Amino acid sequence: MNGIHDLGGMHGLGPVNPESDEPVFHAEWERRMFAVLMATFASGIYNVDEFRHATENMAPADYLTTSYYEHWLHSLEQVMIEKGQFDRAELEAAWSNVTAGEAA
Amino acid sequence: MADHDHTEPPSDTALRVKALESLLLEKGLVEADTLDALIQLYEHNIGPQNGAKVVARAWSDPDYKARLLADATPAIAELGFGGVQGEDMVVVENTSEVHNLLVCTLCSCYPWPVLGLPPVWYKAAPYRARAVSEPRAVLKEFGVEIRDDVEVRVWDSTAELRYMVLPERPAGTEGLGEDELAALVTRDSMIGVALVEGA
Repeated sequence: MNGIHDLGGMHGLGPVNPESDEPVFHAEWERRMFAVLMATFASGIYNVDEFRHATENMAPADYLTTSYYEHWLHSLEQVMIEKGQFDRAELEAAWSNVTAGEAA
Repeated sequence: MADHDHTEPPSDTALRVKALESLLLEKGLVEADTLDALIQLYEHNIGPQNGAKVVARAWSDPDYKARLLADATPAIAELGFGGVQGEDMVVVENTSEVHNLLVCTLCSCYPWPVLGLPPVWYKAAPYRARAVSEPRAVLKEFGVEIRDDVEVRVWDSTAELRYMVLPERPAGTEGLGEDELAALVTRDSMIGVALVEGA
């Protein structure tokens, strides 16, 4: 399917900007995101194509302005809901709990 | 928590990840020990040092190099490397006539067992867009100037098939052993955005 992810040859995206001595992860949340993705993927709840489809269906502006592990976050939430592992209300309840815990 | 003296509140993204992890733990869909082990593995044990060993072996052993270029996956497995995101590998050789460059235009496909997790620039839009349309300009930004009479080949990775570049062995390294050679080989040289410098 054609879409915003099909970036080959697109103009106007600027320089590559490599980072010297780049760490494997840039924040603790990236470590956690990586791990939950790998662990759920290994469990076989969804396959790689389903996961990529969720990323490729992101709103184009969101796709271009968010990072790799933010794409993973969007897509894992999406695919777990689609697979009936939890619903949007449970996810929102978990956000509220975490936010309340941080504010306390 | 120890982070509470920070003046900046945690980002929404960090909180969303935390919420997702807590929900997955609560549902028994992931286990805390597994998560910690995965982070340890990919942050410390799997990285470009693996690919460097493959390159050093290929430079030192012509029979190994022939096996690696003919069918990379089993040749890489001879050194103990393989698995997730490296199930089907192809190694492309840089020579005085050809320079190879890797990209994944659609996503971020990358040979994890030999190079570890990809750097941010490899996963970001500018590299994915431009590596295929103006590879020589991209290479210049990395400080690599490829002569006009050298062909540049760009390999677009997929979810099923991953590439690794076998860089050219630098002059003046004839006397070096495999460990010394491996120490010269960088991640970028195995993506094709750098050359290997001599000792």
